[in-house]
Amino acid sequence: MIKALIFLLFKEMEGGCRIMATSNKNRMSVSEMIEQQKKKRKFFNQLERLIPSLLLIIASISVLTTIGIVYTLFAESVAFFRNVPILDFFTGTILKPLSQNPEFGVLPLLNGTIISTVIAMLVAGPIGMMSAIYLSEYAPDNVRRVLKPLLEILAGVPTIVYGFFAFTFVTPLLRMIFPSIEATNILSPGIIMGVMIIPMIASLSEDAMSSVPNSIREGALALGSTKLETTFKVVIPAALSGIIASFVLGISRAIGETMIVAIASGSSKNFTFDITQSMQTMTAYIVEVAGGEAAAGTTIYYSLYAVAFTLFVFTLIMNLLAKYISRKFREEY
Amino acid sequence: MSTVMEKKINLKLVRNPNENNEPEAEKEVVYDTKGLNLWYGETHALKNINMEIKEKEVTAIIGPSGCGKSTYLKTLNRMVELVPIVKTSGQITYKGKNILDKSFRVEDLRTQVGMVFQKANPFPKSIYENIAYGPKIHGIKNKKILDEIVEKSLRGAFIWDELKDRLNDNAYGLSGGQQQRLCIARCLAVEPNVILMDEPTSALDPKSTLRIEELVQELKKDYAIVIVTHNMQQAARISDKTAFFLNGEIIEYDNTDHIFNNPTDERTGDYISGRFG
Repeated sequence: MIKALIFLLFKEMEGGCRIMATSNKNRMSVSEMIEQQKKKRKFFNQLERLIPSLLLIIASISVLTTIGIVYTLFAESVAFFRNVPILDFFTGTILKPLSQNPEFGVLPLLNGTIISTVIAMLVAGPIGMMSAIYLSEYAPDNVRRVLKPLLEILAGVPTIVYGFFAFTFVTPLLRMIFPSIEATNILSPGIIMGVMIIPMIASLSEDAMSSVPNSIREGALALGSTKLETTFKVVIPAALSGIIASFVLGISRAIGETMIVAIASGSSKNFTFDITQSMQTMTAYIVEVAGGEAAAGTTIYYSLYAVAFTLFVFTLIMNLLAKYISRKFREEY
Repeated sequence: MSTVMEKKINLKLVRNPNENNEPEAEKEVVYDTKGLNLWYGETHALKNINMEIKEKEVTAIIGPSGCGKSTYLKTLNRMVELVPIVKTSGQITYKGKNILDKSFRVEDLRTQVGMVFQKANPFPKSIYENIAYGPKIHGIKNKKILDEIVEKSLRGAFIWDELKDRLNDNAYGLSGGQQQRLCIARCLAVEPNVILMDEPTSALDPKSTLRIEELVQELKKDYAIVIVTHNMQQAARISDKTAFFLNGEIIEYDNTDHIFNNPTDERTGDYISGRFG
């Protein structure tokens, strides 16, 4: 609707220009023609004044949605905490929502999320960073032009495919190294999440590094630095805020990742640090419960919101932390 | 050996014997370029360059845009190799060693030959870190020694008094002229033998330009300075020798006062009097 109006507005302007161009022969002065057009364009002038308000309303949609989501999460979580004491929820190491005497400790889920994220970042961080360094500092132009889009294709693989791959390929492979590994375990989805995040870190870090002006590199090289010294002591510090941003996005992606862990890590709500065992993440729990028969109004139903709210707070803290870190280490150029 | 040298000897015979050029004999040759040719892909950018650069002198390189003067300067510390399609022939001897020899470690060369760029390019770090960067990558870690180097280098670039209270500020907060002098100080921190300057004042206001020119006069007491400039008055003001480049060739290379007052080649005269370029 709005788009159509704006389109019409431009069309009208264009039309006006054309009239001016063709009526040249009639020797009508330009100011007269502008005067004529002015009358015609009264409606559009009115519209022009409304546009800021229209745009504001559209821009508020996402903000209002976010507020709505946070409000729902919060309100339903409050309902949950009426049934389960908040301290039990955050310190409980046992999660048995379907048992006769249900227990709702979130720690097994938090533990699963953190461990899978740490594994993913241990894989994605170094590999993504090295790829970014190669692409930005070492790769010849033609190699970069082929390699970067290829890397970004990896980011387009649906996560369900990754999950399937982790379950049917990586876990059997890991079994050769750790014979005792369970059929569903946290290690294999963790690794695969890392693989999934590599392109994100590589691509964003590469962008950050290649936007460091060449003159700065030349300055370092002219002082007798080797290429490696220039990269690690000048280029990376200069691009640090962008690099940190890419890591945070990677971490957020790992925390929020659902499909891979739901498939390859099973649904045991173990509170353990043994990565060869099955664990459940917060997201996988939400999938399991939402997919089961959780009747509205039951404690297990409300636990969904409590877990979701925890997840939300978790990512929020991550983002704030990242913002703080990247501001602190920022080297402006 | 080379036509340029012959020309120079002939010129000296013609010139006024009262002219003051006696210290020349004592000065050591730092760079000796012989038959240097350079190609960017198919473009022949430098043609048979023969040139000697001596210590404790300012050598200016002038010429119109695209004449190869910056290319030659960048060949002197092999920064020109950052362009992947560059090919060279001939030799440049730096202190008796051919730097164009691929076995010559380019980092060693660049440690001894500092460079100041057209646009000031401080690192996005603090003023202190900018100066300490060079010594640090060459293994000097002692904080006390670094402090001394930073002060000495900033004093050397006559910018210590302005910056001593804000060493931890980001270098990007400085004015353009200060940034350029900071870059010169950064260069001094590794105690090079030669300083190459690629139009160091072209982006600066007249006042900052003057300060840099004064600085160059001070620095030439200890360093060999090669300066590429678009500004002929600047070359006349600050240099001892001037080379005029045109289309990748050296047209004339001689003492600055000779080039500016009594050029041998007609084209040099035309360029200096502003008839082209």
